[in-house]
Amino acid sequence: MNDSHMRVYFDYNATTPLASEVAAAVARTSQDLFGNASSVHYFGQQAKAAIDEARSAVAALINADPSEVVFTAGGTESDNFAIRGAADAAEPTGRRHLIASAIEHEAVLNTLKALARRGWRTALVPVDQSGRVSPDQLRSAMADDTALVSVMHANNEIGTIQPIAELAAIAHERGAVMHTDAVQTAGKIPVDVRALGIDLLSLSAHKFNGPKGVGAIWIKRGTRLQPILTGGKHERNRRAGTENVPAIVGMGVAARLAIGKMSAEAARVSALRDRLEAGIVRTVPGTAVNGGVSARVPNTTNISFDRVEAESLLIALDLEGVAVSTGSACSSGTLEPSHVLRAMGLPAHRTQNSLRFSLGMFSTEEEVDRVIEMMPRLVEKLRGLTRKTATA
Amino acid sequence: MSGGVDSSVAAALLAEQGHDVIGLSMQLYDQTEGHASFGSCCSIDDLHDARRVAAAINIPHYILNFERQFNEQVVSNFVREYTSGRTPLPCAHCNSDLKFATLVERARGFGADAVATGHYARVEQDASAGRYRLMRGVDPAKDQSYFLFSLTQDQLARAVFPVGDRPKDAVREYARLRSLPVANKPDSQEICFIPDHDYAGFVAKHADGVSTRATGTGVVVDEHGRVLGTHAGIHRFTVGQRKGLGLTSSPTGAPMYVLALRPADQQVVVGPKSSLERTTLTASGVNWIVEEPPGPIRVAAQIRHRHQAAGATVRALGDAQAEVVFDAPQIAITPGQAVVFYEHTTVVGGGWID
Repeated sequence: MNDSHMRVYFDYNATTPLASEVAAAVARTSQDLFGNASSVHYFGQQAKAAIDEARSAVAALINADPSEVVFTAGGTESDNFAIRGAADAAEPTGRRHLIASAIEHEAVLNTLKALARRGWRTALVPVDQSGRVSPDQLRSAMADDTALVSVMHANNEIGTIQPIAELAAIAHERGAVMHTDAVQTAGKIPVDVRALGIDLLSLSAHKFNGPKGVGAIWIKRGTRLQPILTGGKHERNRRAGTENVPAIVGMGVAARLAIGKMSAEAARVSALRDRLEAGIVRTVPGTAVNGGVSARVPNTTNISFDRVEAESLLIALDLEGVAVSTGSACSSGTLEPSHVLRAMGLPAHRTQNSLRFSLGMFSTEEEVDRVIEMMPRLVEKLRGLTRKTATA
Repeated sequence: MSGGVDSSVAAALLAEQGHDVIGLSMQLYDQTEGHASFGSCCSIDDLHDARRVAAAINIPHYILNFERQFNEQVVSNFVREYTSGRTPLPCAHCNSDLKFATLVERARGFGADAVATGHYARVEQDASAGRYRLMRGVDPAKDQSYFLFSLTQDQLARAVFPVGDRPKDAVREYARLRSLPVANKPDSQEICFIPDHDYAGFVAKHADGVSTRATGTGVVVDEHGRVLGTHAGIHRFTVGQRKGLGLTSSPTGAPMYVLALRPADQQVVVGPKSSLERTTLTASGVNWIVEEPPGPIRVAAQIRHRHQAAGATVRALGDAQAEVVFDAPQIAITPGQAVVFYEHTTVVGGGWID
């Protein structure tokens, strides 16, 4: 299984392949626009103009004003910037409390932990069994000195979409800044910063067929945010460091592509996802879909397989040429079951036997059917071994 | 694939021979909490090395998380043995209870027919009897068959040891020829999960919940029960140990050695070297790789990894027990270590010293 064209890639929530238009733009920019965007001369102006066009494209993707968009090195930096920047800005006002949901990405959770070590109080708001943050729970977690509330727009493992507008209103009642990590929604479903009623939003280009190593943060005009990278006057004094022009241009092209095809792609991909999900649940006994299915990004499904270790099933699938992922970060150092599924109150076995299938731009019905066809055999084989062990 | 040169070469040899090879590494303990000092087998750097080797020989590579199983099957036993006054052999448990059990099972789930490791040992099927035979690796200095005595016939049937028929020098030379990224990496030493070699500290830290026995202080006595001093816990001692007894003077003036450990009353018994000599031992959990012999047989019995196997007669006692009578007295027969029976280079069987 070494021919990559024979392989099935169902891990779009981890990263996506570049759109060919993006690849061409990145290559062209790398060749032609080597100037430093801060330079006064022709070369600098060319680079600056390319960045500005990309900024407009990203702004258009989220219904923002281009002046509110700051390019970063990706979603993790954007999350760090939002949380650390808002915390730093709020500190002189006496606010010392931060809130996030229990199912945030590590970029948020570990940033909160880092701030907790510096004396900030932090609270994690629980989710219900569908993976949704309850507005009432947020309301009771709020304190007078809450500086920031961070809740992701959609979860990376289960795809559940959060009631951000409602949560933002609660945060604002108490004068807190509202941040949402929209890394898993931007480019997949409409993201409208005005309708969401938030103050800060994180984006990552490589989740919507753009390049890796580039992202953006949207900072609503008037939001107090301290830079976390200090240096030159790049990005209107908000993010120092010479701009990665080719990657930023690539993000802009990816944003324009996403705007153009979003509704058609969402319908196409969600039909594939539904076909895959229904096919697996129908043909493999002992399966269950995790998370609410009514408000979910169109490309994601998370399925538990009884009596199978997700780690083994993932490897068995990879050896058959199918790339998926588990929620838990086993190979990176811990055996922690998925913190997302655990927060949803699922029993321990279901937090360790779930796989995430996430589809996208290049996914086809033929691929979906191939995966459905092989699943019963792979699962049965692993279950047979488990049974044998249990009786040995 | 541990990330060391032996398992790397094992994988490279099989891939070169045209087998369909899947690289597997076992993650055995939590590596998120700043174990910067881990420098031995299975540290996070070693997992990276394994991945680099797999990429170099163009095979898929996966890290399997066996933290829970390793803790249950190897670490707990290690701690329990030390606090029971025995000196454990965790690598042998890891082989029979983890590598050639859980790991093999997982690999079968991926469609693998066999599991290969970088052990210096050989396995072959006896054409007439159909049984699998385990033999020493050809490099006597590197032979690891001692650690594999407890493999069953089923386990041996699925075990492959590609470097067992080569001397270590040749293995390194092959790694260099193939430009494997670990060709010049030093051999791993000691016990992988205690890279600082502080076994006593490790046991004390992990004794809670594993053993009900205290790792508390006690007295050092001589063979006649006379108290010679105190000690900080029997888990700090092993039979045959001479250093660290904390005795200011020896009654006879001759060097004193640990003769026995008595967990029930927390005593360390010491005496002169001559008292360390024993001619017989019994073993439990005996595994026969050949057909279990109906009567006494002549073997060369090895009582620890670096012991020159000595002539002995072994007799199966039933119930997976055996009695070994050496031709000549042996120094420091240590409870908890393995006694492995050889006939020339073939492993006949082995067990755990009582």
